[in-house]
Amino acid sequence: MSEVRKLTYGGAFNEAVRQAMEADENIFCAGEDIGAFGGVFGTYLGLQAKFGAHRVVDTPISEQAIVGLGIGAAVTGLRPIVDLMFMDFICVAFDQIVNQAAKLKYMFGGEATMPLTITTGGGAGLSAAAQHSQSLEAILCHIPGLKVVYPSNPYDMKGLMTACIRENNPTIMVKHKRLLGMSAHVPEENYEIPLGKANIMRAGTDVTVIAYGRMANETLVAAEKLAADGIECEVIDPRTLQPLDTDSIVESARKTHKVLVVHEAVKFGGLGAEIASQIHELAFDYLDAPVARIGAPFSPVPFSPALEQHYLPDAASIEAGIRNLVQRS
Amino acid sequence: MDLSPPVQFDLHRRMVRIRVFEEAAGRLAEANKLPGFLHLYVGEEAVAAGVCAALNDDDHITSTHRGHGHLVAKGGDFNRMMAELMGKSTGMCKGKGGSMHISDLSLGMLGANGIVGAGSPIAVGAAFANKYRGRGQVAVAFFGDGATNIGAFHEAANMACALHLPIVFACENNEYGEFTPRSATMAITDIVDRAAGYGMPGVIIDGMDVVAVHEATLEAVARARAGGGPSLIEAKTYRFYNHHGIQNLGLKYRPDDEVAQWKERDPIFTFEDRMIENGTMTRDRVDEIWAGLRGEIEVAIKFAEDSPLPTPDQILVDVYTSMTGAAQ
Repeated sequence: MSEVRKLTYGGAFNEAVRQAMEADENIFCAGEDIGAFGGVFGTYLGLQAKFGAHRVVDTPISEQAIVGLGIGAAVTGLRPIVDLMFMDFICVAFDQIVNQAAKLKYMFGGEATMPLTITTGGGAGLSAAAQHSQSLEAILCHIPGLKVVYPSNPYDMKGLMTACIRENNPTIMVKHKRLLGMSAHVPEENYEIPLGKANIMRAGTDVTVIAYGRMANETLVAAEKLAADGIECEVIDPRTLQPLDTDSIVESARKTHKVLVVHEAVKFGGLGAEIASQIHELAFDYLDAPVARIGAPFSPVPFSPALEQHYLPDAASIEAGIRNLVQRS
Repeated sequence: MDLSPPVQFDLHRRMVRIRVFEEAAGRLAEANKLPGFLHLYVGEEAVAAGVCAALNDDDHITSTHRGHGHLVAKGGDFNRMMAELMGKSTGMCKGKGGSMHISDLSLGMLGANGIVGAGSPIAVGAAFANKYRGRGQVAVAFFGDGATNIGAFHEAANMACALHLPIVFACENNEYGEFTPRSATMAITDIVDRAAGYGMPGVIIDGMDVVAVHEATLEAVARARAGGGPSLIEAKTYRFYNHHGIQNLGLKYRPDDEVAQWKERDPIFTFEDRMIENGTMTRDRVDEIWAGLRGEIEVAIKFAEDSPLPTPDQILVDVYTSMTGAAQ
C-alpha cells in the first residue's frame, strides 16, 4: 500500500535521484565517496550498483573541480548532480559556485543553461564542530543566479529534490544531517514540489513562525505545547529559501500580526534579517510588534555537546520566544 | 613544414583575424571608446590559432581573461564581438559579459573568464560530458603560466587524469602573471614539469611558431579522441602589449630588450616569411588578406557603434531561466 509506505529523509532523497536517473540518461552524479560507498551519509546508497560507475562517479577530494565538472557538463547538455558532502565545503568551491555557476547564463547573454544540482549536508547537532556543522544558506541566497532549497521532512525532500533535478538553473539542495533518519510517509510515485512555494505546516491565528530545515520540526513541537495554552501558531516552512515565497509569508503576517523567524544559522545577517525586513516593508501597518528572530549566537559552532546544545535553538527556546512575542501585543 | 597549403592559409588567416581584431580593440580603448578592462592577445596568436585549427566546431574550449583570441580562432563573429566590447545589445553576450566574459556556446567557446584558473575545471566538465555522450568530442582548457599556481588548475588536472577524460591543457606561458615575472612566483622554469605529477604527457613547444603549436595539438587531440586521456601543451609565448590595454602606464616591469627580442619573433610575420620563402604565399596575397580583414573590422566597428545600447529593463533578464528540463 503506497499510502502507508514510509521512507527516511535520506531515503527520499535517494529515491528522487534514482527515479530521475531512470527517466533521463543525461543525469549523472559525482562526488566524494558517493559511488561504491554510497556517500558518507548513505544518501547515494545503491545508485552506482544500479546505474554504473560512469553515471555515479567517485571523484577526488577536489571541491572546486567537482563543481567545475558539474558546470562544464551542464553547460554542454548533461544534467549533473554533484555532491559537496558537508555544507562547510561549499567554501572550498566558492569561486566555482558564485563566480561561475551562478553567473554564466547572465554573463553569456542568456545563452547558457545550467541544469546543475549541488547537494550538501548542512546543520549542526552532531558534535561535528566548527567546520562540519555550519548553516551557510544565507550566503548562498545572497547570490543572484542560485536557487537554494532546504527540506524539513521526507515528503518535501523527495518532491523538492525532483524539482531541483528538473530545474535549468543551478540549485543547491541542503540536506540537514540530523534529519537523515527522520521517517514519514512518502509516495512511491514520482512527484514534484515547485520551488519557491512555502508550506503552511500548521494553520494558526495568534502568531506566525517561519522556520526551515530541522527548525521547522522543532517549531511544530513548540506550537503543539502552546496550543495547549490556547496560543495558536501558524508555522510556515518556506522550503525554498531562494526564491523566497514572500507572498505566503506576508499574507500570514497580515493575518496574525506577529511574526517570529527561526533558524539555526547565526542570527546576524541570517535569512531572518531578510525575512523580517521584507515583512516590515510590506506589512508594517499590520504588525503588533517588530518581527522577532531566533538564531544561533555569533560564534563558530562549538564541539562539546555541553556547548552545542545551548548554541542551537530548540523547541523550548522557540516556545519561549513565541510566548515573549505574544505577550507584546 | 608538412602541412598542406590550405591548412597553412587557415592558420595564417586565424592569426591575422586575431591581430586585426585586437589592434582595433586597442585603438578603441585608447580613444576611450571601450568601457572596462581589455586584455589583448597580440603576440600570442600562434597559440589560439594553432590549437583551434586542430579542433572541430563541436569541440569545446574554455578561455581566460585574455580571451578574444580564443574566440576569434574558434570562428567568432567580428560584429557581435566588437559590439560586446562596446557593451551593446547586439553583442555576443547582449552587453552583459564584455571583454572578460566573451563567449559563444554555438562555437563551443565556454567563455573567457575573469578568474584566473577557473576555466580548467569547467573544461573538465565539458570533457566529462563529451566522454559520457561518446561522440568523440574533446575539450581544450586554455590558461596562462600564472594559472598553474592556483588550486583550481591542480584539481582540474588531477581529476581529468583520474577520470581519463578527453581533454588538452593548453598553457600559454607568456612569462608574466599580470606584472610579476614567472621566476618570482614558481621555482620551476617549465610548466610542463607539472604534467608528470598528474600522470599525463606534456610537451614544450615554441608558441611563436603556429606550425609547431598546430602539430602538437593535432597529436594531443588525436590522443584524447582515441581514449588516450589528457595531455598538456606548454607554448612559450609573449604578450606584446600590457597586461591590460596597450600602454604600460609608465610602469616598467619588462626590460625593453626582452620585449624587442620577442617582437622580432612575431608569430604572424615570421610565418608569412616562411610561406613566401616556400612559395606557398606571395607578398601581394599577404597584403590582400590583411586589407580584407581590416575591412571586415571596420565594418564590425561601424556595426557596433551603430548598435543600440541595452535598455535598463534588461538588467533582470537572464539571471534565471523559467524553463525546466529532464525527461520524466
